[in-house]
Amino acid sequence: MSNTDNQGDVWEVFIQSKPGLPHKHAGSVHATDKEMALQNARDMYTRRQEGTCLWVVPLNAIVSSMPEENESFFDPSDDKIYRHPTHYVMPDGAKHI
Amino acid sequence: METKDALINYCLRLGDSSLILGQRMAEWCSNGPILEEDIAMTNLSLDLIGQARTMLSYSGVVEGKGRSEDDLAYRREEREFYNTLLSERPNGHFGDTVVRNFLHDAFFYYLYQALKSSKDEMIAAHAAKSIKEVTYHLRHSSEWLVRLGDGTVESHEKVQESLNDLWEYTGDLFEMNEVDEVLIKEGIAVDLQKIKLEWDKTINTVIERSTLTRPEDAYMHSGRLDAMHSEYLGHLIADMQFLQRAYPEAQW
Repeated sequence: MSNTDNQGDVWEVFIQSKPGLPHKHAGSVHATDKEMALQNARDMYTRRQEGTCLWVVPLNAIVSSMPEENESFFDPSDDKIYRHPTHYVMPDGAKHI
Repeated sequence: METKDALINYCLRLGDSSLILGQRMAEWCSNGPILEEDIAMTNLSLDLIGQARTMLSYSGVVEGKGRSEDDLAYRREEREFYNTLLSERPNGHFGDTVVRNFLHDAFFYYLYQALKSSKDEMIAAHAAKSIKEVTYHLRHSSEWLVRLGDGTVESHEKVQESLNDLWEYTGDLFEMNEVDEVLIKEGIAVDLQKIKLEWDKTINTVIERSTLTRPEDAYMHSGRLDAMHSEYLGHLIADMQFLQRAYPEAQW
């Protein structure tokens, strides 16, 4: 999380818009510690009733897949149409599925 | 003194302190130390100006001479403002602003806590609404004070100096006169000496967390009750009222 300016580290911000819904990535803020990160996230991203819960995560705590891995990560699912429910034909007799 | 006159003045005190502190925070807009803090301070400003609107409108209504919140904010002279002396202190460096706001936020926090049970419905509702904002303001300024006080040697020295400089404006926060007397009797206002006891506790706790030293009570400025201000308010008002003065009745 080191950086060359003095604005503090980068924290990724996640907002839950309603109780029960998943937290969605909203953006990022600079801050020197977690309390300040939370306050900055509150001030930057929740001014218009966007949320009911906020998460801030230090950038270096996030492990991301790399673009060069995309082929091996994501392409294999391209030709496996049987993984989608739409692949299956409904038998005439089956109801309420 | 009639209750009505006391109430008009009391609402101006509340509204003016929010307005002037809000105007000070607006001065930080585009001048913040980092983008996040710039936006945070502008948020604080908007909260405070919103609080001012409610109380100034209400003061105008009680007065019954048809003066609106805008008339009161933009067409009064310096000697008609009843804001706290602390609220008009210049922003200085970021640490000065943090200390000023911390001392003032803690004052507003306990004042609004108490005013939630005011017998005046409008003031009680205003306090209940504002306390949510002020709770956050106090958290924001307290956390910054801790970080600057318990930060580097330089930041510690700077905020200790800010605290020493601003301390002499804290006595003014708690002064009372006939207005308070009349309204306390009616259950509308609260005894500021009681607020001070709570204020003291919070101030001491946060100052201790910040590894700072609470200044000794020595000379205290006063003036709020008589609308007597420091040289800074006139400049602030000139800036704030420029548009209305130059283009009266200007509309968007």
